[in-house]
Amino acid sequence: MSKPSSGQHVLLSIVARLGHQVNDALQRLGFATRFFIMLLACSGQSFRRLNLTIREIYFSGFQSLLIIMVSGLFIGMVLGMQGYETLQRYGSADALGVLVALSLVRELGPVVAALLFASRAGSSITAEIGLMKATEQLTAMDMMAVNPIARVVAPRFWGGVISMPLLAALFSATGVFGGYLIGVVFIGVDEGAFWSQMQASVDFRYDVWSGIVKSFVFGVAVSLIAVFEGYDAVPTAEGVSSSIKGTVVKSALAILALDFVLTSFMFRET
Amino acid sequence: MSADNLVEIKDLDFAYDDRPILKGISMEIPRGKVVAIMGGSGCGKTTLLRLIGGQLKPSRGEVLVDGLSVPHLGNDELYALRRRMGMLFQFGALFTDISVFDNVAYQMREHTDLPEELIRDMVLLKLNAVGLRGAHQLMPAELSGGMARRVALARAIALDPMLIMYDEPFAGLDPISLGVIGQLIRKLNDALGATTIMVTHDIQESLLIVDFIYFMSDGKIVALGTPDQIRASKDPFVHQFVFAEADGPVPFHYPAVPIAEELLGRGADEQA
Repeated sequence: MSKPSSGQHVLLSIVARLGHQVNDALQRLGFATRFFIMLLACSGQSFRRLNLTIREIYFSGFQSLLIIMVSGLFIGMVLGMQGYETLQRYGSADALGVLVALSLVRELGPVVAALLFASRAGSSITAEIGLMKATEQLTAMDMMAVNPIARVVAPRFWGGVISMPLLAALFSATGVFGGYLIGVVFIGVDEGAFWSQMQASVDFRYDVWSGIVKSFVFGVAVSLIAVFEGYDAVPTAEGVSSSIKGTVVKSALAILALDFVLTSFMFRET
Repeated sequence: MSADNLVEIKDLDFAYDDRPILKGISMEIPRGKVVAIMGGSGCGKTTLLRLIGGQLKPSRGEVLVDGLSVPHLGNDELYALRRRMGMLFQFGALFTDISVFDNVAYQMREHTDLPEELIRDMVLLKLNAVGLRGAHQLMPAELSGGMARRVALARAIALDPMLIMYDEPFAGLDPISLGVIGQLIRKLNDALGATTIMVTHDIQESLLIVDFIYFMSDGKIVALGTPDQIRASKDPFVHQFVFAEADGPVPFHYPAVPIAEELLGRGADEQA
């Protein structure tokens, strides 16, 4: 066989690098899957000590309330203004309540709340677990015969999964209130029409339920990404910072991609 | 396995990927003794501790702790064995979100059903043994390096382990703290009737408190003996270590091409 030329060398090294990257990505995916299975296997153990999970609901759920509710209020107010402007062109300003409620419950509530949750709670979960790893706290726990996945990871995961739908619901509720504030109180849309049309058009089993399903799926995705990025962090300052960035970026992409997939399944042509 | 030895390591090999770290290590740690494993940084000492604790699995060889083959234990058996081990990490590895008291109480609460009043008394006794009973309400961030190490020591002995392992207990300590930790290691071992393995490169402090020393270099045991034998040793490696000489069997320079070749070679390239 003749010696490869320099052009072939470059090509070979590109192929080799690509191969390495694919190999690394697959290995990481495999590790993430095994990690998820271990997490589920350890969940029973952490549920038996419910106070651990309740503590995490407090940290990631309760402490995210302010940012979630303030954002919900503002988004609802903006929807109120934009919606009114569009609807009044067609003489249907009375339908403002329906527009605000449906946009929030079906789409904006779960998606925006999940994006905020990923940046507020997801990043702090990753930082906490990553730093525990970097300072050997997880190893120390393991050497004390305490499983770090059951003790540290699982409660944070379930804390996030439980908090997410509740936060999304509160986001939508404050958003509807924001829309009411702008539409009814400031602009003067008829209050009775605002609420009654909303009541008549928002279907619990279809609209509200699809929002709950979405926010639950986003909760699982964001919490899993956050705990995995922390647990898999390179145990240095740089490694932890890169994992935090990874949590925010990957969560955002996962939320938007999953939202598209879920919406396509839930989409009805009537 | 001899009943007199708590830990026995036989012909142990370990490699990270393709990089060999330990090559054919054999050692015996007798019950009740304080044994030091010494060697330069990166010679595989900490890896050896992790193999004894079952956090890593060897590529070949045997690790026996109290008659149990550590690499072959299932998860539950390994955790049962670890409850009888205490380990002090290099930088303490205290849980930073809970107080000194809760750090020491951690294992008691996790592994026992003891009432809180009893746990309180036990924790205060452990902290008293390391001289920090008065600091039980502090958070780890409020402790100095030496204090944190002592709290970690109290935590390591929380369940009265049969085997205590120390990873670089003297690293980064001032001379007073260093002497205090050294004395504590000896006293706690004798008071608890435990066995101690200490990984360190602090030869002078170790010679004062240990019963036996293994020297490791490049993944192998290169010398062993009691402190008196070590002091009298003519072995060039031991001599370099005991007298802290910069160059000897452990080279000062990381392997490289001769400096003349590197400097002149580069000059020639630049001129060309």
